[in-house]
Amino acid sequence: MASLKDLRNRIASVKATQKITKAMQMVAAAKLRRAQEAAEAARPYSERMASVLANLASGLEGNDNASPLLAGTGKEDVHLLVVATAERGLCGGFNSNISRLARDHTQQLLSEGKTVKILCVGKKGFDVLKRSYASLIIDVVDLREVKQVGFNDANAIGQRVLKMFEDGEFDVCTLFFSRFQSVISQVPTALPLIPAKVEQEEDAEPLDLQGAVYDYEPEEQEILDTLLPRNVSVQIFRGLLENAASEQGARMSAMDNATRNAGDMIDKLTLSYNRQRQAQITKELIEIISGAEAL
Amino acid sequence: MADTLNFELVSPEKLLLSEEVASVTVPGTEGDFTVFAQHAPVLSTMRPGVVDVQKDSGEERIFVRGGFAEVNPAGLTILAEEAIPMADLDRDRLAQHIQDAQEDVDDAQDEEKKRLAQETLDHLKQLEMAL
Repeated sequence: MASLKDLRNRIASVKATQKITKAMQMVAAAKLRRAQEAAEAARPYSERMASVLANLASGLEGNDNASPLLAGTGKEDVHLLVVATAERGLCGGFNSNISRLARDHTQQLLSEGKTVKILCVGKKGFDVLKRSYASLIIDVVDLREVKQVGFNDANAIGQRVLKMFEDGEFDVCTLFFSRFQSVISQVPTALPLIPAKVEQEEDAEPLDLQGAVYDYEPEEQEILDTLLPRNVSVQIFRGLLENAASEQGARMSAMDNATRNAGDMIDKLTLSYNRQRQAQITKELIEIISGAEAL
Repeated sequence: MADTLNFELVSPEKLLLSEEVASVTVPGTEGDFTVFAQHAPVLSTMRPGVVDVQKDSGEERIFVRGGFAEVNPAGLTILAEEAIPMADLDRDRLAQHIQDAQEDVDDAQDEEKKRLAQETLDHLKQLEMAL
């Protein structure tokens, strides 16, 4: 049985922990709002991009010399997985969920006899993946210095992926990130980047051109060739923003849980502290009384 | 003003502008063009330059660093790589862009890329003169 002093110390330490988790929760809540705003602000761009791309691609379907970014290289032997995670821990299952999805994916590809290359964005995913697939990881992109993810950060990653693609270092590229659904639910997602998956947003109605025909300036093919590489960066950017919002959401609910657990623990400890204190008082009284009786 | 054009300017970070305007002049890769309401559908790439928006309340000029412009019956949408209102554009930022472009020219591997990078650089320099 712990002494009264031990119990007092335990309570004090749990209270200190609770204060920290509470503060982290509030910081995450504030950051979440900002991250969510950023993610929402970026949505129009990627939506418009998708619809322009879909328009173009449908017009060029069946074209033999379609860009490899759209049609693929014709093989799928080498896969590049871009795994985007957070730079910091203490956010519940956020990092491990993404890493697990990436790991399962890797496992499956390897068992099919494909070559896998992994590009980690964010330290936490790297920490997990290097345990089992250290040899497959080609590099880690560090975003620790970045407070608010800007398009330039995403673009840098996009350019790198494209450079590798041009050099023929891989055939298929998939982006792993966590889609933000709500504060309590983030869905780890695998998004094919190359070849691009072109599809209309579900609720988008096909545009009625009233018989008019699109005028392309310069040629369709040329526009598509500039649009597709941009699309890669835009998708990465979107993934990173969703990730940022998910991370804060996950951290918020994880810290909420932690604060509540700490509260429960304090209650339990206080109860046993009081019991023990009473027991001790009773014991002292008995000693005094029986001492007096003996006289 | 009988007809107005629904104009949207979006950069990767956010939706910058979404309103009814009279006309917009777009710096297309193959030449500037002005879009009024009821314009025929066009899809064009843009060079770095100034988008000139004419509104009832006056004129607004915005610097864009390349991107795409799409005209469809619903209106005009500009997907800009980066967009800065002219009022906020200062020499330092432009100088930075020019430096980047210069590096692109120097780094370019083949002729075609070099030509494109050089064009971008020229446009930026022109803009600096105009400022």
